[in-house]
Amino acid sequence: MIRHRLRLLAALLAGLGAVAGARAAEYPITPQAVAPDSWAVIADTGYFTPQNGGFLVNTAFIATAEGVVVIGSGPSRAFGQQYRRVIERTAGKPVRELVITHKHPDHFLGNQAFSDVPIRADEKTTAMLRNEAEGLAENLYRLVGDRMQGTEPLLPNAPLTPGVREIGGHTLEFIAVPGHTQSDIAVFDHTSGVLYAIDQVFNGRTPTLPNASLPDWLAALDRLEALPFKTLVPGHGAVTHDAAPIRATRRYLQWLDATLKDAARHGLTPTEAMALPIPAEFAGWAEARAEWRRSVGFLYARYELAELPALAAPDQPTD
Amino acid sequence: MPPLARHLPALLVLLGTSLPLHAAPQADPLHSVMWDVMHKTVLGDQPAVFDERVKVTLPQQVEDGQRVPVSVDASALGRVEEIVLFADYNPLPLALRFQPLRLQPVFAVAMRVNQATPIRAAARDAQGVWHVGGQLVDAPGGGCALPTPTRASTDWANLLGKMYGRVWREGATHRIRLRVMHPMDTGLVGNTPKFHLTQLRLSDSAGQPLAHLSLDAPLAENPLFTFQLALLNGDSLRIDAQDSDGNAFGGRLPVLP
Repeated sequence: MIRHRLRLLAALLAGLGAVAGARAAEYPITPQAVAPDSWAVIADTGYFTPQNGGFLVNTAFIATAEGVVVIGSGPSRAFGQQYRRVIERTAGKPVRELVITHKHPDHFLGNQAFSDVPIRADEKTTAMLRNEAEGLAENLYRLVGDRMQGTEPLLPNAPLTPGVREIGGHTLEFIAVPGHTQSDIAVFDHTSGVLYAIDQVFNGRTPTLPNASLPDWLAALDRLEALPFKTLVPGHGAVTHDAAPIRATRRYLQWLDATLKDAARHGLTPTEAMALPIPAEFAGWAEARAEWRRSVGFLYARYELAELPALAAPDQPTD
Repeated sequence: MPPLARHLPALLVLLGTSLPLHAAPQADPLHSVMWDVMHKTVLGDQPAVFDERVKVTLPQQVEDGQRVPVSVDASALGRVEEIVLFADYNPLPLALRFQPLRLQPVFAVAMRVNQATPIRAAARDAQGVWHVGGQLVDAPGGGCALPTPTRASTDWANLLGKMYGRVWREGATHRIRLRVMHPMDTGLVGNTPKFHLTQLRLSDSAGQPLAHLSLDAPLAENPLFTFQLALLNGDSLRIDAQDSDGNAFGGRLPVLP
């Protein structure tokens, strides 16, 4: 039923696109070399809009001797197709496999362009996508519009097991670091020293928390910071050569947790919590206020309930 | 100061209170094609003015249309007899009617929206004029017509009508937060009939009424209300609720010093 609706929507948008003329602008995909044979594509740090076509997540690819390992396929079919051309031109090699790190739509809706290679995700992410992918895609259609045309969720079709794999001269470690969602995989290339932390780490862009578990996420950040990486590719924002974005992401999550706890303890309503001041360190990050409001929407109810004791039955009326 | 300037504020207040009753109808600041229908059905075609003193606060964009937090503050109007909360484009627009009685004309609650819509609060003053404030919310479709993730997994046999709450003292005022467990079924989801809280009464420990609310299904599942009041006699509040199946629920909310 939903799939049917999505097809209908896609057809409708395709029709609109044709009427509007050839408006299918290219995505600004510019790979940045981060190490030998290794590239990252750094995206817009805003929110999903028709203008950015949903391109606001970093992706990356590693050109091994046995083909290219791609990390994340982007937000739409059009993105995936253009991205694959850029990858094969840049790396001079065919793609051998695609790794989906977690279930968020901007990381997997380009899968259609990789249907001829293994698309890997861990069991939990694949299971969640089976139930949620259609809804996640519909939401992106709503926000992004006609540049989503033709996009349909293509589920992962190959396993992604945490642990080390040797691929074409690169020692790649796939590390389970849940917290941003219920299941997230980071990729550490021991050969190049590049850590593809993807959405566990945000750099200068406010973290998004629709499926977050704060204790898990904080534990994941500790684990990532302990790795001997030389280069860090965050999910959103610029590449760095130090752990500063890991620490900044940790400070943001800790501030968020403490602030929501305090708000609930003082009996604030959700809309009051949404209006609380954001400290200078985080206020300049992209989408600071919008993401804070979203996070209050996602998480505050749990904090509110923890502060409301159960009521006893009333005394019987005396009259 | 010239005499006119000196009296200007008073004149403006006079104009402000008397004009709307006689002036041509104002344009809806939220440009909703449903406004005339709302005026007739929700406000009973009684005199109504758009008034920024009725403050409605909500997030402009939500991903979860089943739980949109809304805060309403009509205290700038002075005495208010009743406040109604409604969403123009909902299949069931009216979420609640609130007679503040001895509470302040201020409340917060979460409600469902079935699509992007104006959410409005109208406050009726002592002269019977509705003062209407509101905001637009952008939302995905289905907030009233899709099952909530918790509807099927909640142990309603043990939780239906169970209440949670607390009272805070903020200087001279008290803030009440009260949650009542109830699915608040809209009747628009599958074969589940409409089933919701209908009445909520707050009274003081002497049994004197503090506020009365009529509730309808567009409120979010397990609604959490926030109220404010200035003076409170006694050391507890009494809460009485009823639902559309005739169930009655009660709770005693202690006021800690």
